[in-house]
Amino acid sequence: MSDRKKILSALRAAFPFTVPIMTGFCFLGLAYGIYMNVLGFGVLYPTLMAALIFGGSLEFVAATMLLAPFAPIQTFAVAVMIQARHLFYGLAMLEKYKGLGLKRQYLIFGLCDETFAINCSTRVPSGIDRGWFYFWVTLLNQSYWVTSAMLGGLLGEVLTFNTEGLGFVMTAMFVVIWLEQFLTEGRHVTSLIGFAASMACLIAFGSDSFLIPSMVLILIVLTAFRLRIER
Amino acid sequence: MTFTEQLITIGLCVLGTYLTRALPFMIFSEKRATPKYIRYLGDALPSAIFAMLVVYCLKDVSIVEGNHGLPEFLSIVLIIVLHLRWRQMLISISGGTVCYMLLLRLVFNS
Repeated sequence: MSDRKKILSALRAAFPFTVPIMTGFCFLGLAYGIYMNVLGFGVLYPTLMAALIFGGSLEFVAATMLLAPFAPIQTFAVAVMIQARHLFYGLAMLEKYKGLGLKRQYLIFGLCDETFAINCSTRVPSGIDRGWFYFWVTLLNQSYWVTSAMLGGLLGEVLTFNTEGLGFVMTAMFVVIWLEQFLTEGRHVTSLIGFAASMACLIAFGSDSFLIPSMVLILIVLTAFRLRIER
Repeated sequence: MTFTEQLITIGLCVLGTYLTRALPFMIFSEKRATPKYIRYLGDALPSAIFAMLVVYCLKDVSIVEGNHGLPEFLSIVLIIVLHLRWRQMLISISGGTVCYMLLLRLVFNS
């Protein structure tokens, strides 16, 4: 198969998996661009921040940090804490992203929640190049996000539309991916550990700061019961 | 905040994000075999992470106030039913989202 054909067939295979993300990102990205516009930032801000940070929740927080007094250390600490869950994504993708050459660098840079969800849970269709499949999923997702953030920034308050509840598309996607994982996995105990640990931490620490404790608790439980889980 | 300070602030957000994404790959080089424990984690983590992400999406839903999380609960039940019936991601995701938007407008529009 020629290179061109290999790349294009990977694009065709990857696109359908990204359609739910396109819907969700169009909505969230527009909202982000509009938000930045309302705060008084020109269109370049949401566009470049969407392209370079490429991590939804932090971009919203970064907007408020830009309006606050300059505090570099705090900014960096907040960024790392909000994004800490990506550490888990890297661990889970270590084997899958092996041996992909230059593409691997970009895959690591673009490893957001949604891209991780698809690339981790999807079995690359047979005959499709694994590296290019992952690459297109990552690039398509990023282009949806950047384009809609830019549009939101351009159109700003001109847009008035009733999309209340559309953001639920992301929740729906994570539920489906979790369910798919649950139906195909050999053991259900790790899913249950994830639920139990994050629910417990949500109750104990509240919605703003439960993610990191949840990650620590999941790690502890998975490590403590390793022999039992692996069996 | 000056323009330079803004650039630094954005740069630090970029750096913080990139580091959390790249750190596992920097520590466990692709040239050497990944330690067994880390491979075990890579294998056991995904389903735990997806469960955590579902909780994360629903973290601000209150059971005691507002709609008591009913629109979310009903839509998720529908998603699960649709998915068990057809196993088609797009059907389950769009069905659940449309259901949620309709519930907000028609049933819970207080």
